[in-house]
Amino acid sequence: MYRVLLYLIAGWSGFFVMAIELLGGRLLAPYFGSSIYVWGAIITVFMLALSLGYLAGGRASLTSPTLRRLAAILMAAALVTLPVLVLGDTMLDRLSVVLTDPRFGSLAGAALLFFLPTFVSGMVSPYAVRLLVADRSSSGHHAGKLYFVSTFGSAAGTLLTSFYLVLYLEVNQIVLLMAGVSIAVGILAWLVPAAEPCGEAT
Amino acid sequence: MRRPVMRPRLVALLLAIVGALCGGSVFADQVLIHTEHSLYRQVLVYDDGSGRCLCFTRLCAIGRQSCVDLKRPDYLVFDYTRMMLGALLLSPAPRSVLVIGLGGGTLPHALAGLLPDARIDVVEIDPAVRRVADQYFAFRPDARVRVFEEDGRAYVRRMLRTDQRYQLIMLDAYDHQYIPEHMLTREFLTEVRSLLSPGGVVAANTFSSSRLYQNESVTYAGVFGSFYNLKSNNRVILASAGTLPELDAIRRNADQLGPALSKLGVSMPALLERFTTSPDWDPNARVLTDQYSPANLLNAAP
Repeated sequence: MYRVLLYLIAGWSGFFVMAIELLGGRLLAPYFGSSIYVWGAIITVFMLALSLGYLAGGRASLTSPTLRRLAAILMAAALVTLPVLVLGDTMLDRLSVVLTDPRFGSLAGAALLFFLPTFVSGMVSPYAVRLLVADRSSSGHHAGKLYFVSTFGSAAGTLLTSFYLVLYLEVNQIVLLMAGVSIAVGILAWLVPAAEPCGEAT
Repeated sequence: MRRPVMRPRLVALLLAIVGALCGGSVFADQVLIHTEHSLYRQVLVYDDGSGRCLCFTRLCAIGRQSCVDLKRPDYLVFDYTRMMLGALLLSPAPRSVLVIGLGGGTLPHALAGLLPDARIDVVEIDPAVRRVADQYFAFRPDARVRVFEEDGRAYVRRMLRTDQRYQLIMLDAYDHQYIPEHMLTREFLTEVRSLLSPGGVVAANTFSSSRLYQNESVTYAGVFGSFYNLKSNNRVILASAGTLPELDAIRRNADQLGPALSKLGVSMPALLERFTTSPDWDPNARVLTDQYSPANLLNAAP
C-alpha cells in the first residue's frame, strides 16, 4: 500500500503538471495570442520551475522524510494553483497592457501564474525516490520505475486533457478538478497509517 | 528555405486523383513551385501556368487558401471571397477596414481596388505567408494597405486600447485543418464588436458542416444578434454592430455596387439569393467561450 501510494502520488503529479500546462496555453491566448512564442514561454516556465523543484524536493528529503510530508507537498501544489482561478484574468489583462511585447508578456504571465505550482510539483519525484529506495543497489531500479510512472502520468494528463476534458468542461472546471484529485490523493496518503518506510538503511 | 520541386509528376497525379474525387479542382496539372516550413505550417504554392494557389497542405484540393487566375488577377476564384465582399452590401463604403488572415492577399487586394479611399490593415501571424504573398501573389503593402505580423486577437485587444476603430472587419483566419480557438469565442467576438465603429460590419469566413456549425452559430448570434448567413461550401457570416440592414437596403446597395463587383467575378443575383437570416441551427448548442473552446475537436466531429 505504501509503495502503491508513492507511485500514485508521483504519477498523479505528472498528470497534474501537464494538464495545467496545456490549460496555461488556453488561459494566456486571449491576452497574448497562441503564437509559437507563447507556447515557448509556457514551456520555458514549466521546465525551469520543475528543474528548481527537483533541487528543492531532493533537499527536503534529507530531513526526516515521510509519506505524510510528501502528501502535503502534493496538496500544497494544488492549493497554490487556485489563485489562477481567482486572479488569472485580471492579472493577465493588466500584464498585457504593461508588457505589450507578447513574448515577454506571456513569459511573465506564465511565470506569475504557474511557476509556484509547478515548482512544488517538481519536488514530488525526488522526494518519492527517497521514500522508495531501500538500498543503493536497487536505487536506480526504483528511480527508473518512478520516472516511468511520473512521465507516463504526464503523457496521460496531456492526452486526456487535450482530447477529452476540454470537450466537456470549462478550463477553470478542469483546474478545479485537477486540484480536487490532488487533495483527495493527498488525504488518502495522509490517512494511511505510518507503515514501514522502506528506506531507513543508509 | 526554398527547396527543389519534389516529384512534380507524382504530385500532379495525386492532385488529379484528389481533384477527380472531390470534383472541386479549379486548375488542372498543378506544379509545386514553392514549399517551405513556416513556424506554424507548411506553405505551398502550386501553379499550372494559368492559375496559382496557396495551400497549407499537399492535398491542395482541400486545403487551398487562396487562388489567383494569372490572366485575370482581379478575378475572385473562390466563392467564399465573393461572399465575403457581400459585407459591402451592408455598408458600401467603409473608410477603415481590418482583415485578419492574409493568405495570398486576395481579399485586401480586392478591397483596395473597390475602396480607393479606405485604409486597410491586415493582420497575419505567419511571416512566411506574408513573404509568399509578396513573392508569388504580388501582394505589396503600401501606405494605404498595411500588414501587421501579429496574433489576430492580440492585435484586436491592442487596438481596443487606442482610439482606432474599423468600419469593416473581416475574419479570415480559420481553415479546415486548424482553427485558432481563441478567435472563435464569445469574448473575442465581443472584442471585435467593440472595435467596430457604430454601425460597423463584420464578415467571417467560417464552417458550413460539422458539429461546430451549431456552436459557432449560437456564439455569433449571442454577440451580434441576427446576422446574414451565406452558405456554399464555406459559410460566411455578415453581422452588424448596429441594426442589421434590411434586405431592401441590401438590394439598393447591390444595384450601386453591381458593376464594380461583377468585374471581380461576383454575380449579384447569385450573391443576393444567398442572403438569409433564418436560423437553421440548434439554439441549445453550447456557446464557445474563452473557458470552453474546443473548436477543432468539434470541427472534427461529424
